[in-house]
Order: sequence, then C-alpha cells, then structure tokens
Amino acid sequence: MTVLTHGHAVTDEARNRRFGPLYSRNARAVIGRGLMATKSSNWMVMLSGFFEPVLFLISMGVGMGAVVGSVAGPGGQEISYAAYIAPALLAVSAMNGAVYDSTWNVFFKMNFAKLYQGMLYTSLGPMDVAIGEIFLALLRGLLYATGFTAVMGLMGLITTPWALLMIPASVLIAFGFASFGMGITSFMKTFQQMDWVNFIMLPMFLFSATFYPLSVYPEYIQWLIQAMPLWHGVELLRQISAASFTPATAIHVGYYLVMIVLGLMLTTGRLRSLFLK
Amino acid sequence: MPELHSAEGTSKKPVSAHETGPEKHKEPAAPQYVITAENLTKTYGDVIAVDGISFSVPAGESFGLLGPNGAGKSTTMKMIGGVSQRTSGNLTIMGLDPEQNGPEVRAHLGVVPQQDNLDEELKVRDNLLVYGRYFGLPMSYLKPKADELLEFAQLTDKAKAKVDALSGGMKRRLTIARSLINEPRILLLDEPTTGLDPQARHILWDRLFRLKEQGVTLILTTHYMDEAEQLCDRLIVVDKGRIMAEGSPAALIRDYSTREVLELRFGSERNASIGAELEGIGERLETLPDRVLIYTHDGEAALEEVSARGLRPLTSLVRRSSLEDVFLRLTGRSLVD
Repeated sequence: MTVLTHGHAVTDEARNRRFGPLYSRNARAVIGRGLMATKSSNWMVMLSGFFEPVLFLISMGVGMGAVVGSVAGPGGQEISYAAYIAPALLAVSAMNGAVYDSTWNVFFKMNFAKLYQGMLYTSLGPMDVAIGEIFLALLRGLLYATGFTAVMGLMGLITTPWALLMIPASVLIAFGFASFGMGITSFMKTFQQMDWVNFIMLPMFLFSATFYPLSVYPEYIQWLIQAMPLWHGVELLRQISAASFTPATAIHVGYYLVMIVLGLMLTTGRLRSLFLK
Repeated sequence: MPELHSAEGTSKKPVSAHETGPEKHKEPAAPQYVITAENLTKTYGDVIAVDGISFSVPAGESFGLLGPNGAGKSTTMKMIGGVSQRTSGNLTIMGLDPEQNGPEVRAHLGVVPQQDNLDEELKVRDNLLVYGRYFGLPMSYLKPKADELLEFAQLTDKAKAKVDALSGGMKRRLTIARSLINEPRILLLDEPTTGLDPQARHILWDRLFRLKEQGVTLILTTHYMDEAEQLCDRLIVVDKGRIMAEGSPAALIRDYSTREVLELRFGSERNASIGAELEGIGERLETLPDRVLIYTHDGEAALEEVSARGLRPLTSLVRRSSLEDVFLRLTGRSLVD
C-alpha cells in the first residue's frame, strides 16, 4: 500500500466543508504563513516602518517644536508642539501601513511573487486570503502603534492613562484603510495606476490638520478636509491623547466603522476580480 | 532511488483532525470520470483562448494536452483548478463544479504551474508545511509528510535551504513535492519540464511515472512530443483553443502519420524547389524551411529511391514518426516555433 492511494481521509475532511466557492474558513493558514515569513526574512522591513513616524516626531516635534513653542491642544489647553503632532503622526502611520499592506503589498504578491496564485490552487478561497492579509496588516499596525505610544511616553508626551486608547484606535483607523485599500487594488492593473494611491495619500497626509489646526483654512476647505478619512483619525487620536472627549469623538469612531463596513463590502464584491481572472 | 512509500515500509495513515465514519459524510457515487469538460470556452475580451473543447478523463489515466504556446492549455488548467472562470460550457471535477466548489475541488488537486511560484520568503521544508496548512491539514500529519516528500524529490539535504538557492530542476521538484502534500487524486502539471536540462527532465519523468503507478490521475500540458509520448496514456492535440485530434500517442501516430519519416536537407535554397523531383516517393511530402520530410512505411527504401533519382541531399535521417509529425499534419505548423 502506498501513501498516495489510501483513504484520503485528510482531504475528504477539507472537501466536506460547505462554505461556498470563496471561503474555506482557513484564514489562519494565511496568517501563519505571514508570521513565518516575517520571522525568517521580513523583520527588517517591519523595523523601518516603526522608525518612520518616530523620526518625524523627533524632527518636526522636537526640532520645529523649538521654534513653534506651545500650541492650543484639543481641549484648548496649552501643550507642546510635539504633543500636538504626535497623535497625528500615529494616525498617519496607521494609514500608511494599512494602505501599503493592502495595496502595494497585495499587488506585488499577486502579480510578481505569484504568492496568491499558489494559495488559490489549494483549499483556500479568495476570502481566506483577504481576511488573512487584512489581519496581518492590523497586527503590524498594532505593533507599530504600541511602539510609537511607548516612544511618546518616553518623550514625556503622554499625560493621561486614557492615551493608551490610542493603540486600539490606531488599529481601527488601519482597519478602515486596509478594508478599502484591498478593494481599490482590485481595479489596478499596472504600476502606473498604483501610483495614484500615493497621489491621494500624500496631500491627505500634509493637509489633514496634521501639523496645524484646521482653523487656518477657509471654511469650504475645512469641509473638504473634514470629509477625508485621515482628518477623523488625526482628530480622534488627538482627542484621546489629551483625554478630551466630545460628541465629535463618537462621530470620528462612527466614520471609521462605516468605512470598515463599506470597505469590506467593496472588497468582498471585488474578490473574484482581485484574485480570479 | 527513494520510494514515495514511507522509508520504514509501513504506510503512514494521515491523521485527520476529525476522523469521520464512512457513512457520516455521504460520498457521491464514484464518478467514472474524474474530469468531464463539455464545450468548455474561455474568452478574454475579443480573444478566444479556449474554443469549445470537450474531453473526459477516467481515474488513474495520464492525460495530456499537447499544443504550441498560446493553444489554450494553461487556460484550461486554470479552469480545472477553479482559479479562472469559464465563459461558457460545463466542467466537473470529481463530480463538482470547480467554480461553485473551488475549495472542495482543490482539496483533491495537486497543481504544478508553468512558472514555479514557490514561497521565496520561506525555507524549503517550510514551503511544504505552509502549503499543507492552506489545505487545513494538521502539523502532526504535515511534518512526517514533508520529510517523506523531500526524500521523494531528492531534496532532503536542502530542507533548511532558502528557495532561491535551489537550481531550476530542484525548484521544479520542490514544486511537485509541494503539489503532493494533500495526497491529490488529480495532479495538474503545466509544462512540467520546460526550461530544464535533459538530466533534470529524466529525473522528473521518473518521479511522475512513479506517481502514475500509484494511481494518481495526471493531467499534463506540454509542447514536447517526447514528453507526451513518455508520460501520456491518451492526449488531445490542441491548437488555437480547439481540439484537433484525440487518442493514445501510438494511435495518433498511426492515424495521422506513417511509421517512418525520412528527413532530407538540401540546403535552404533548394529545400523549397526540390519537391517536384521527390514526387512519388513515400506517401506524403512535407516541405519545411530547413528540411523536407517524406512520410513512408520504409524510410531506408525511400532513401534508396532518392539516391536512385540522382538526388544528393546534404544530410539524410530515417526516424520513427512522432507526435511532432502528427501536429504538423493536423495544423501545418511545427509545435515549437
């Protein structure tokens, strides 16, 4: 008797699941793969992603902060410029990480590393892959947010225990961007099109009240900025960092919850376009 | 050479997470054919990649799709795996539609794609383990299985190596080993030996032949006729998305060609014009840019006749007919352009 011709009990087990053509409830295998790959080769990339906002904080917060002095915080209290921009930088880094993971990374693994091609020839469905990759992006976001919050603490920029809520809030922000990013990637065919993603992200980073308050803009620009997701992320984390909660806090959280739901609907609807040709 | 049987001589029964009684999940009545395609069609925009092909493959057969690049072979393979959606027609694998039951169908498939898509970020053995996890298989089953397959692929001493440190032939063998991790009933091989040197090809053929002996159904695309002749019980000749002929290699040669072929080269200038002077020798004459082929039952006799007519070819060769000749006859073109 040979190994290849007996009962096939193992694959029968997999075969008897009935969860449609797109999902086999095995996203954990994709997550396991991601963790193993990180362990053996990707950890340098992880490290650079952690340092980016830290470097921004040091140069802008400490350097620029020496010129700017103190500014009005979310509750109107005087805070240092570094304390003012640190939550904003955390929101930006949550956005960047999630968008990178769900667009460029997915695009590359799809079209060049052919990683998903291999996965999709197994029992995995596209939804397993999407859930697994989004989970990994959020896990990475969680690690970065924790590290950055620790740096803020070391720099004396944290004054309330409420600030720890910035960590789960960052994951919420990352989830909003990641769920949308993957759906958007399904429309992309070339690297040139992928550049549009950066074209949208950079102005959002610069103008979403990241480095100065929204009030510097004329009213109609303010409305435009307030429609953008990053502004809600910046404001949310800034409020949390100072424990200055208002009804607007709920609106910011609500904005992301809606974004997550819509993003997941888009991505789920586009799974076949994304992974199956 | 290591056998795929476990080294200790005992068959290792894979451990299922939930071993179920035979009647608990009703197995559909064993289909006579593991693959049935009817009028299978795939178009990309205006391009018709697969144009209404029909075929059936019984369990345990080694079935080939022979054709030039762009014939629609890989597209057909992708539809079988459920990773490409057909435009029209019917397709069932083990009684299931791969589009509706993708994960279930693929649980029974092993796939060796045309280009290796090994996970470059993982080590050799980890590639097998992680791939097995994609099938939802437990580590307790996968660890011994991975070692066994590394042995089968003659890669045991490379277990901890990085994938990009492997040679082309080793990567190909690892891809085949990976495709066997779930003990597939059907193995899809898309151009399995393209780009390999002759020695690596023969090692691979040997491995594939062993799988065939163990009852695995092999579906193989190739544009190498020697590969098709070596490995396929039956094959379809595909060109421009259509089936040109179907049968065993020997039957196809018998039906579409003669027993022997006399190849003559008169130099590129004269090959085209010599046709008239060779008229009547053999059963059929085929003029290619670089040589003239005379199809005949007796190549030596035909060559004597050529000499008797006072013709002096630069080189002459008598050989047996191959699938290449079948393809030439069917399409008027060579397999490898």
